[in-house]
Amino acid sequence: MDIFKIIDDFQKADGDTVGRLEYATRRHFMSKMSSKVALAAVPTMFASIVNKAFGQSAAAVDVLNYALTLEYLEDEFYKAGLAAANLIPASDRTIFTQIGKHETQHVAFLVKALGTKAIAKPSFDFQYGGAFGDVFSNYKTFVTVSSALEDTGVRAYKGQAGALLADPQILEYALQVHSVEARHAAVVRRLAATVTGNAAMKGWITGKEGAVPAIYAGEENMTQGGKDLKNLASKSDAAITEAFDEPLTKQQVLAIAGPFIKA
Amino acid sequence: MNQLLKPNTNSAKEEGGNVSPVNRRSFLRAAGIATSLGTIALTTACNDDDDPNPTNPSGDTVDLGSGDVGVLNYAYALEQLEAAFYSQVITTPYAGMTDAEKIILTDIRDHEIIHRDFFKAALGDKAIKGLTPNFASIDFTKKDAVLGAAKLFEDTGVAAYNGAGKLLKDGGNLLLAGKIVSVEARHAAVIRDLIKPKSADFAGDDIIDANGMDKAVSPADILAAVKGFVKETINGANVGK
Repeated sequence: MDIFKIIDDFQKADGDTVGRLEYATRRHFMSKMSSKVALAAVPTMFASIVNKAFGQSAAAVDVLNYALTLEYLEDEFYKAGLAAANLIPASDRTIFTQIGKHETQHVAFLVKALGTKAIAKPSFDFQYGGAFGDVFSNYKTFVTVSSALEDTGVRAYKGQAGALLADPQILEYALQVHSVEARHAAVVRRLAATVTGNAAMKGWITGKEGAVPAIYAGEENMTQGGKDLKNLASKSDAAITEAFDEPLTKQQVLAIAGPFIKA
Repeated sequence: MNQLLKPNTNSAKEEGGNVSPVNRRSFLRAAGIATSLGTIALTTACNDDDDPNPTNPSGDTVDLGSGDVGVLNYAYALEQLEAAFYSQVITTPYAGMTDAEKIILTDIRDHEIIHRDFFKAALGDKAIKGLTPNFASIDFTKKDAVLGAAKLFEDTGVAAYNGAGKLLKDGGNLLLAGKIVSVEARHAAVIRDLIKPKSADFAGDDIIDANGMDKAVSPADILAAVKGFVKETINGANVGK
C-alpha cells in the first residue's frame, strides 16, 4: 500500500476539492484534508503505513507500542485529575483540559494505527507506590507529577527517533507528537514553578532542574555532536543546557514509568 | 487576512505569473501560518507585490547544499533568523516589557544564538554565510507585533524541524535535530502563553490537529514562508537529497 496511491484515491473521490486546488500539490491537499475534510481517514492511512511496516520493521511496531504505553499513562492521569473534585483550580483547568485532549487523541491514533498489534491498556498506580499518595487531592503533587510525565514523554520520544530512520513517515508522526509533548511540558513546568514556589524552574530545562530531580539525569549535558559547547557564544552553562533537550533510552524510561504500571 | 488571501490578479501579472495567487495561498496553508500568524507573513507577501525585483532584492543567492549538510544548513539559516530577531527584541525592547517577559525573551535569544553558533561550528567550512535579516515588517516598539512575530518564528521552527527529520540520513544528526526541536516547541508554548495566559493556546487548535499532532512542513514551503525576512534568496532545492 502506497500513501500517495491512497491520496490519489481521495482526490478522485472529491472532485470539487481537486478543482479548487488544481495547482496545489499532494502535500497541500493532504494538509487541507487532515485539517478539515477527512480527519478520520488519517489514522486509516497511518494504519496502512504501519501494516506495511510490519513486513519491513518490527522496530517501528515496538516503538509505537512503547509510545502507546506512555500515552495510555498520560491519558488516564489527566482523566483522573480532571475528574477529581477540588483538585485543579478553575484558572488552570483550560490548560489541563487541552493537554488531556491531546493525550486522548494520541492514544486513539496509535490504537487505530496499530490495529490488532496494539497492546491492551495497563492498569496504573498514580500514587507511585505511595510516593505521590495525594496526587489527586493535592494540586502541588498533581502538577509535580504532570511536569515529570511530560518531560519524560519528550525524552522518551526523542530517544526513539533513531529507531525510526528506516520508517520516514512514522518518524514524522512521532516528531509531530514529540513537539506537542514539549509544548505541554513547557507550560506545566511554568505552572509547577509557581505552585511549588521553585523560581529556578522555567519552561525549558536548566541543568537538571525539575520537580522530580531523578528523571532529569543527563539533561545537564554540555557536549553536542562531539563538541564541548562550554563558553560557546560566551553564553552561560545554564543557557547551553537549556538550549538542548536530552533523550532517554527505553530502559531508562521504563525504570521511571515502571512504578506507575501495575499490570 | 481573508481579504489578503483573495487572488490578486495584478500582482500575478506583474510577476509574470511566477507566483500565482493559488501557489501563495497554498504555501501559506501548508506552512500552517495562514490562520495563526498570517498577518505578518501576508504583509511580507504583499510587500513582494510592490517590489520591482521580488525574487531577489539583494542579488545574492545562498545555496544550502544537499544531503544532511543541506538539512543542517537549512536549520542554521532558520536559527540565524531567530537569533537576529531576538537580539533585536532585547536591544530595542517594546514599550512596557515586564521583567518576567525580558527574562524569557533573553533566555530564548541566548538559546537561538547557541543553536546558531553550534550549527556554524558543526558545519565548519560547509556552513553557509551569515544571512542578512529583513525585519522591516515588524514593529519592534509594540508588544503585540513582537510577540506575534515570535510566535510565527517558533511555530515555523517547530514545523520546519518536524518536516526535516525524515530528510536526515544520519542518526546522530536526527538526534541533534530532536534535541533542538523540543526546545523550539517549549519556546512556542511559552510565547503563546505570554500572548494569552492560561488559555489553551500554548498548544492551540490553530496549530495542533485533531490527532493531537504539531505541524511538519517541507523545506520548500518553509523557505517560501520566511523569504520576506531574509535579504538573500535561499536555495533549498537539494536539502536532504
